[in-house]
Amino acid sequence: MTLLTWVFDSLLGLSLLWLAWRALACPDLFKAIVLFVAFGLLMALAWVRLAAPDVALAEAAIGAGLTGALLMAALAKLHPTEAHDDFTVPPEKNVTKVWSWQWLPAVAILLVTTGLGYVVLSLPPYAAGLSTEVAANLAISGASNPVTAVLLNFRGYDTLLEIVVLLLALLGVWSLNSASLDRKAAPGIVLDTLARLLTPIFILVAAYLLWVGAHAPGGAFQAGAVLGAAGVLLLLAGWRPRAGLMALPLRLVLVTGPATFVIVAVLTLLMKGQMLEYPPTQAGVLILILETAATVSIGVTLAALFLGGDPRKNNRNKNQT
Amino acid sequence: MSTPFLYALVGTGLFALGLFALIIHAHLLRKILALNVMGSGVFMVLVALAKRTGDAPLDAVPHAMVITGIVVAVSATALALTLMLKLNAKSGHAELPDDRRE
Repeated sequence: MTLLTWVFDSLLGLSLLWLAWRALACPDLFKAIVLFVAFGLLMALAWVRLAAPDVALAEAAIGAGLTGALLMAALAKLHPTEAHDDFTVPPEKNVTKVWSWQWLPAVAILLVTTGLGYVVLSLPPYAAGLSTEVAANLAISGASNPVTAVLLNFRGYDTLLEIVVLLLALLGVWSLNSASLDRKAAPGIVLDTLARLLTPIFILVAAYLLWVGAHAPGGAFQAGAVLGAAGVLLLLAGWRPRAGLMALPLRLVLVTGPATFVIVAVLTLLMKGQMLEYPPTQAGVLILILETAATVSIGVTLAALFLGGDPRKNNRNKNQT
Repeated sequence: MSTPFLYALVGTGLFALGLFALIIHAHLLRKILALNVMGSGVFMVLVALAKRTGDAPLDAVPHAMVITGIVVAVSATALALTLMLKLNAKSGHAELPDDRRE
């Protein structure tokens, strides 16, 4: 490691820690969220330094972009008096709080962190992990990008469960809240034009990421995240889908990914006796089908999570009253 | 110190910062931010330690796990934010009750 990269890594590490600290400590919640988004972007840079471009793409699109959008939307919906004041406790009371008991968790966490740091440093400097096994089986996996091969083939089980988790989270959000499909305000000409220009580009980028994921960084999650971002941008610009699309069509699109996964899992279970064990000759095609279905479902689920409620519930209530 | 261990230590530090903020802050949005920072720290340790392969190809399994983790984290965040908004709508505040104040 040369001196220059060492200095860069140290600076990046310190910036990450400082941004995280400011995001968690600064009293204004709006500022905290902005700092958190900056933190996510620097995390993406750190992933690149750690030679994990797939993770960097996912972090930049999801960790920084979508999480930030979700946090902002939630902050805007909070009670207006709380939106810009973190503590409703008067400041002087807050100070006594700091001195009276915060040293206890601080000391405990310092001890835990020292232990964790010691454990990390005592690990062997070289460890192959599962890299040799992945490399040995890459040829029959149907993808030449090892991360895609792991996600969709070797550990396809994880990805199946993950897509179900995403759907469950959306079901949780829908059971708690309903979303209005009415336009709240006119978006303004800049945002409107920007959304119209960017949406086709977003879709193109998502398709590219999906296709290129077989042999280079990219794949279903990154592509789905870009699609989700396009959805968020459209929702922010005031676009609302027709109410008729909200009932069955939306639900069908949402379950496309999990359903395709389950069908492939059952078929491979019947044919090969092992869930999600693809025949090597068809593995490439199967992975592409699964990824396409997953991308569409992930994108729509993320946009629906941003909408923050069941869009049909609201409609039904309105019709009844 | 080599790159993997430098970043692994940064990850440990992020985890500690997040845990501390999770304990001391009463506001739920701040707690959700803290949980996300903790998660980022764990992801960073995983990916940093996957770089210890020397000249061999990188270990792709932790990378895939972290991508899965990022997507699960954002869905959990969305659900947590909805729960917070629901609490806020019902009770008018977005903090956990503090027993010592009574």
